Amino acid sequence: MAFDALMLSRLQFAFTIAFHIIFPSFTIGLASFLAVLEASWLFTMREAFKTLYLFWAKVFAISFGMGVVSGVVMSYEFGTNWSVFAKASAPVLGPLLAFEVLTAFFLEASFLGVMLMGWKRVGPGLHFTATCLVAFGTLVSAFWIISANSWMQSPSGFVVGADGKILAARWLAVIFSPTFPERFAHMVLAAYLVTALVVGAASAFMLLKDKAQVESKIALRMAIAMCAIVAPAQLLVGDHAGKDILHRQPTKLAAIEAFWDTKTHQAFHIAAWPDRSIAANRWELSIPSLGSWITAGSADAEVVGLKSFAPKDRPPVFIIFWAFRVMVGLGVAMIGLGLWGAWLWWRGGPERSRLFLRAAVAMGPSGFVAVVAGWTVAEVGRQPWVIWHVMRTANAVSPIGHAEVSASLLAFMTVYAIIFSGGVLYILRLMAMGPAGVDTQLTARERVRAPGSPLAAAPPEP
Amino acid sequence: MTLDLPLIGTVIIAIAVFLYVLLDGFDLGVGILFLFARSPLERDAMMNTIAPYWDGNETWLVLGGGGLFAAFPGAYAVLMPALYLPVMIMLMALILRGVAFEFRLHGRRRGKPLWTFAFFFGSLVATLAQGMALGGFVEGINVVNGAFAGGALDWATPYSLLMAMGLVAGYALLGAGWLMLKTDGGLHRDARRWAMVATIVATAFLAAASLATLLVKPEVDAHWGIEADHVNAPVLAPHLAIPILGAVGLAVVFFGIRRNSHHWPFVGGLVVFLSGYLGLAASFFPDMVPYAITFRQAANAPNALGLVLGGVAVLLPFILGYTAYVYWLFRGKVGADAGYH
Repeated sequence: MAFDALMLSRLQFAFTIAFHIIFPSFTIGLASFLAVLEASWLFTMREAFKTLYLFWAKVFAISFGMGVVSGVVMSYEFGTNWSVFAKASAPVLGPLLAFEVLTAFFLEASFLGVMLMGWKRVGPGLHFTATCLVAFGTLVSAFWIISANSWMQSPSGFVVGADGKILAARWLAVIFSPTFPERFAHMVLAAYLVTALVVGAASAFMLLKDKAQVESKIALRMAIAMCAIVAPAQLLVGDHAGKDILHRQPTKLAAIEAFWDTKTHQAFHIAAWPDRSIAANRWELSIPSLGSWITAGSADAEVVGLKSFAPKDRPPVFIIFWAFRVMVGLGVAMIGLGLWGAWLWWRGGPERSRLFLRAAVAMGPSGFVAVVAGWTVAEVGRQPWVIWHVMRTANAVSPIGHAEVSASLLAFMTVYAIIFSGGVLYILRLMAMGPAGVDTQLTARERVRAPGSPLAAAPPEP
Repeated sequence: MTLDLPLIGTVIIAIAVFLYVLLDGFDLGVGILFLFARSPLERDAMMNTIAPYWDGNETWLVLGGGGLFAAFPGAYAVLMPALYLPVMIMLMALILRGVAFEFRLHGRRRGKPLWTFAFFFGSLVATLAQGMALGGFVEGINVVNGAFAGGALDWATPYSLLMAMGLVAGYALLGAGWLMLKTDGGLHRDARRWAMVATIVATAFLAAASLATLLVKPEVDAHWGIEADHVNAPVLAPHLAIPILGAVGLAVVFFGIRRNSHHWPFVGGLVVFLSGYLGLAASFFPDMVPYAITFRQAANAPNALGLVLGGVAVLLPFILGYTAYVYWLFRGKVGADAGYH
């Protein structure tokens, strides 16, 4: 493996986008959660919802800020590191990414200010509108980004001109490429799961200290409901997406399952050490015939293995195989947690089982891990192509030297380590204080007023 | 009638970048002036004047990058690798200052001073990097067959450094003008003093940078009607409106400060930037990568450009509308004690 500008650019893109996706995964779900909390509060006028809103808005502000600044990087990296790809793909992907900025980024950025700082200046209806617009913006943003990524995975609606350039032929086919619906659903559900797990963990943490804490009891139930519904749904969507990969990206599927030979009755490998250099698994722990059944629906089905493709067309196998297992393993654990919580809820209250509360705390970060693992499967699995069967990653890189990419990669690692530590520290500190603690503290210090309270109608201070 | 899409796209990108320069310019300027604030309380107030806006302001930078990719990939794919290091330095500096808005609120004994410094340092470095990138842009980029063919440090010249320092003074001027507009009392008086100093420094740099540009790049001179052996008066005459506009802007700032106006210094600062921006536009049009690629050569495929511009035509009025609404909503002076949230 040579550390040239190509390899370093790939590492840098992987690092910066993996870092970035952590924050949108959280804030997409959290923005919707905040909209639900504010609606519940306006509808019931229960103080607990307001307290929860103010608390999670603090966490949202930190996460959203980190998502914004790490997202700006992405819109420039296309050009700095992948200028050949940028120039070739712009006739198709350009409008999609421009629409993301125009329809979502501005909406979120503008109304975030109203949502966080507009308490004294707008009425409750308008404030709620701002929250909803931010939540809507996060989903629209996901729509365009997933649309662009899906096109790179399964390009459609384009033609290659006589000069070899890619041109869009049918925009709807570009935007709604064949795998777009399941990928969009998979990502949005993932975001909701991430949020449910974090909200559940923070609430469980408070309840371990004080099992009567009102806000945490409400939030824990909301998180359990979300987890119990979304985690199983995610399994179904993911399975559907997997079935699609079998036909559209057979090399990716073969890497996910570490299938080397094309045959019927493929074994399912629970664990293995796939090695590309020998085109085989060094060892494997397998269940006979189950692989064909899981991937193609029948043990008699012939499933393509990696040896049916030239070595230069095979993706890295080890990382895809294991990333997939991490994602699915955590997904199954999430289903278990959701159902366990729902059962305890039905039996009288999840806060009565300290074991469940501890498990919920432990599962708090699992959503992030699953998201990064899932994206690893999707993106590494697309290799060696940057645009599936249209452009190779090796041909996409900018005419730059390895020295400047090494410098920027090291700098990114340093800067992201600093801001990640800061962000995680401040979010955990907020969570340790809990909804009640944070609210009273901020009410004293920053004089937050609720919409609907008498002071909300007061004119802004001169 | 057929629409000249590349021309319309150029105007829109130019406006987006200009709005970015003005909007993030004043909030980067406030960050630069952080160094000179007297107390943590004064810094809190300074930050509160920009807290509701900075995220929206920075979005224009995303539109500048994303828009250039979508509308003029031929320029985007050359400028970004050519200006790799300044762009990367700018992005990382913007990250540090961007998170500082939130982190500074949550930091305690050690954290708060750390993020205060990060906010100042990030603002300063982002500005310097933008100035260096601008310098590298003006000096020209080595292009072969429509692709960047130069070295990683082509932009690192004394001329770029001059531009970078001038931009720091310019943003500080905008930032000080903004603070005069948004604050009262002691901070307002400090901002007034900063504005005066920044005006003098920015004037000197503006003059120096203009002269240096004419001396360094003969290609630019031709745009202004200045040939090697004579001056082409009919070409030069209309261009003279641009430096006159700049002088008017500086006069507005200067007399605004003298007369203790709260808003004229900021307005004057905007005019100064408009003049500088028009000056650059006049020096390069129709090149989008100076001396190498015109906006027509850089333009995206007609159907893609048409779709982007159609989207812009529908969406930009909304964006401008709610951006204006947010500015209006948070109008008025910011007290030293006004909470961020």
